[in-house]
Amino acid sequence: MSAFADQLLVLVMLINLVMLGTSRLVFSIRAVAVQGVILGILPGLINPFSGHLAGITAGIILAKGIVIPYLIGNAVHKAQIRREVEPFIGYVSTLLLGAVFTALSFAFAEKLPLAPEHKDLLFVPASIATLLTGFLILTTRRKAISQVIGYLVMENGIFVFGLLLTEAMPVMVEAGALLDLLVGIFVMGIVINHISREFSSIDTSRLRALKEE
Amino acid sequence: MFFFLEPTAYLLTAATILAASGVPGLLLRAPLFGQRIAAFAVVIASLLGEIAVIQLLGGSPAAFYQVDWPLPFGPALFSTDHLSTIFLFPLFLVTGCVSVYSLAYWPASEQSSAGKLTFFLGLFAAAMVLVVVARNGVLFLMAWEVMALSAYFLLTTEQQSSAVQRVGTVYLLATHTGTMALFVMFSLLRSTTGTFAFPASHALAQTLPYATLIIVTALVGFGGKAGLMPLHFWLPGAHANAPSHVSAMMSGLMLKMGVYGILRTLSFFVALPVWVGWVILLLGAWSAVNGIALATGQRDLKRLLACSSIENIGIIFIGIGLALVGIQAHAPYLVVCGLSGAFIHIVNHGLFKSLLFLGSGALIHGAGTREIDRMGGLARRMPITSTLFLVGSLAICGLPPLNGFVGELFLYVGSITDGITAPLPLAALVAPVLALVGGLAVITFVKLYGIIFLGTPRSAAAAHSHEASGFMNGPMILLAICCLAAGMSPQLLVRLVTPVVGFYGDVAGDLFTQASSQVPLLPLTFVNILLVILTLIIGAVYLVRLRGSSQPRSTTWGCGYLEPTPRMQYTGTSFSELVVNLLGTIVAPRRERPVMTGVILPRKAAFHYAVTETVLDRVLSPIFHWIGLGFSYLRKLQHGQLHIYMLYIFATLFVLMIWTH
Repeated sequence: MSAFADQLLVLVMLINLVMLGTSRLVFSIRAVAVQGVILGILPGLINPFSGHLAGITAGIILAKGIVIPYLIGNAVHKAQIRREVEPFIGYVSTLLLGAVFTALSFAFAEKLPLAPEHKDLLFVPASIATLLTGFLILTTRRKAISQVIGYLVMENGIFVFGLLLTEAMPVMVEAGALLDLLVGIFVMGIVINHISREFSSIDTSRLRALKEE
Repeated sequence: MFFFLEPTAYLLTAATILAASGVPGLLLRAPLFGQRIAAFAVVIASLLGEIAVIQLLGGSPAAFYQVDWPLPFGPALFSTDHLSTIFLFPLFLVTGCVSVYSLAYWPASEQSSAGKLTFFLGLFAAAMVLVVVARNGVLFLMAWEVMALSAYFLLTTEQQSSAVQRVGTVYLLATHTGTMALFVMFSLLRSTTGTFAFPASHALAQTLPYATLIIVTALVGFGGKAGLMPLHFWLPGAHANAPSHVSAMMSGLMLKMGVYGILRTLSFFVALPVWVGWVILLLGAWSAVNGIALATGQRDLKRLLACSSIENIGIIFIGIGLALVGIQAHAPYLVVCGLSGAFIHIVNHGLFKSLLFLGSGALIHGAGTREIDRMGGLARRMPITSTLFLVGSLAICGLPPLNGFVGELFLYVGSITDGITAPLPLAALVAPVLALVGGLAVITFVKLYGIIFLGTPRSAAAAHSHEASGFMNGPMILLAICCLAAGMSPQLLVRLVTPVVGFYGDVAGDLFTQASSQVPLLPLTFVNILLVILTLIIGAVYLVRLRGSSQPRSTTWGCGYLEPTPRMQYTGTSFSELVVNLLGTIVAPRRERPVMTGVILPRKAAFHYAVTETVLDRVLSPIFHWIGLGFSYLRKLQHGQLHIYMLYIFATLFVLMIWTH
C-alpha cells in the first residue's frame, strides 16, 4: 500500500506546483480541495482499517475537501475577485522557486535523522515541499484570499508530517491539525472581514497603513 | 529570659507583619483608617524587630530556619548573625518612625496614592529585613528584587510628573543592571560551592578560579545599590523626587543594603587579595570627596541631601577599606578602628540622614518648595523643625557633640595610629581626605541651614510656612534624641558594634578593648557635656542680654540698609560659589551668563545656573542616545509589510534547514 501512498504524495507535490503557477483563484481553491481529499485518503492507506479511521477519513475529507474550499469559494464569489493580479513575484518565477524548494526539501529530508521505517517514504520530503509552497504563496501573493489558500497549503504540509506520528499519538495529531486549521480560518476570516470593511479592498499590502510612524 | 521567641522567629514575624501592613489600606473603604492600621502594625513590627536586635546584641544564638519550597534552588534558609544585627537596628527604628510620620505627611484623606504608598512602604521594609536574614542566594535575589521594585513604585508615587518618570526609569535601569551583576555573582558562587546556600564565613579560598570575578561583580552589583561612585548616577534624582519619608528610607536604609551585600560577600572568603582593600578604600575616598563636592553646588534641598548620602557611603567604604588593608598588613588597630568606624557610621547615617530627610519633608510641607533659594527665614516660623534640622546638620558634618563625630573619630584614630606606625604610611592619607570631606560638609550644611532658616523669606510660600503636626515632629524628635544620646555617650555605639567587629574582623575581645581604648571615648563624653553646658550658658546669657537691650531687631544680612529686600540676601548659589569654582572639575556647573543688549537702556537678560550630573549627563545619556540612534535602524525591519514579515519566518526556516548541513 505504501507504494500507492507515495504516488499520492507525488500528486500532492504536483498540486503544489499547480497552485503556484495559476493566477485563477477558483482553480487554486479546487486544487486545494483535491489536495485535501488526497490527504484524507492517506491515513486509510498506511494504517489498518478501523471504524475510528473511517471516521477520521470522512472528517478530513469533509473539512479539507468540501467545507473550507466551499467557504473560500463563497468569499471569492462575494468579493468578486477572479484573479490574483500583480503578485509580488511573477507566476513563472514562483513556479521555478517552487521546483527548487521541492528539490531542496528532498535533499534536506535525506539528511534528517529519521526512524528507519520512514526512511524510504516520500512523507517527509512531500511535507516539507508543501510547507515551503505554502510559505511561498503567503509571501508572494497580495490578496487575502490567496493568503488563506497559502495558509491551508502550509497546514496540509504539517498534516502530512503529522501522518508519520499517527501510530504514536493519533488523536493528538488529528486534533492539533484540525485546531490549527480552525484558528487559521478564523484569523484569515477576521482579517479579510476587517480589511474589506476598512479599506473596501482585500489587498493585504494596504495593511501597511496601520503601521505607527 | 522573658523573651518568648528566639531572634530569627521575631524577625520573620516582623517581616510578615510589615509586608501585610498595607493590605487593609488597599481593601478598606476608609483609607485613613487603613493607613492608621498600617502605621500601628509597622510600629508593632518594629518593636518586635528591636526585641530581636536586643536579644542578638545580648548574645543569644539565632536559629537557622530551613523552608523546603517547591523551587529547584535548594531550601530557603533564614538566619541572622551580628553582621545582620547592625543593619537591622536602624532599619526597624527608622521604619517605625517613617510610618508614623507618613500619617501626617502623606495622609490618606488628602492623597489618593496613600494606599499604594503605604502598601509598598511595608513591602519595602519587609524585603529589606528578608535581604538581611536570607541565607540562600536565590532567596536573597528575590528579596533584593522585591526591595528594588517596591522602591521604584515608592519613588514614582507622583507619577504624573515627567521628572519623576525620568528618574524612575534611570533608577530601574540602574538597579536592574546591578541585579544582573548579582545574578552573575550568585551563579559563580553556586558553581564554586555547588549550592545556592551561602557558604559559611571564611569558607572560600581566594585562589578559587572565580574569586576575583565574584568580588568584582559584587562590587558592581552592590556598589551600584549603595551609590558608590561612579555608579551613583541614579541616586540624586531618585532621592530628590521621591516623597520625603521614602527618601529617608531609601537613603538611610536601602543604600546600606548594598553595603551589607558587599560585607557579606567578602566574609565568604578566608583571605582577600591585596587589591580589594585598596580598591574599596579608593572608591570610598572618591565617593566621599566627589559626593560632598556635588552636594555643595546643589540648589535642591533633597538633591543636596542625596549627594551627601554618597559622601557618607564613601566614608563607610573608607572604613571598610582601611579594615581590609589592615587585615592584609596584620595591623589590628587599623582593623578594629576601620570596622568600628564603618559600622558606627552605618548606624549613624541611618539615624541622622533619616532625620534630615524627614525634616526636609516638614520643610516642603511648610514652604511648598524644594528650592533652597526660595526658602529663607524659616527658623522663626518653624522653630521645632529648625532645631531638629540643626541637630541633623551638625551630626552629618561630624561635629561634636553629636553622633557623626564618633564614627569619623574612629577612622581618624585608626589611620593615624596604625597607618603611620605599621608599614602602611599610605593609609595615613585617609585622615586628610576625611578632614577635607568634613570641611566641605560644614560649608554645605552651613549653606543649607543658613539659607533655609535664616534671613527673610524669599518667596510668599516660605513667608506663610507653618510648623508641622505632632505626627511629623514626634518621629523626628525621637531620631534627634538618638543622635544626641549616641553623641553624648559614644560608649553606647561602641557597645553596639563590639560584637560585629569581633565577629567580622576575627578580632579577639581583649584586642578590641586594647585597640578601641586608643579612641578617647571617656574624655569625649566629658568634653561633649561641657560643650553642651557651655552652649546653653552662652545662649542663655545672650538671650538675657538681648532682652535687656533696646537694640532694634533687624534682618539677617540686612547690612544696615534702610530698606533691605529679600533679594539682597545671599542665595545658596552665591554662598557656595567660591567652593564650586574651586571644585569646578568635579561639579562642572553649567552657567549661561546674561548677554546685555540695547543701546542706552539694557534689555531684559537672564542668568541660568544648573549643576550637572557628570556621569549621567555627560557619559551615560550620550551613550544611550547613540545606542538609540543605532537601534533606530533596526526599526526599519518593522515596516508594516505583512508579506515581508512572513518572508522573515520563511528565511529563518530556510537558514535553519541549510544550517543542518
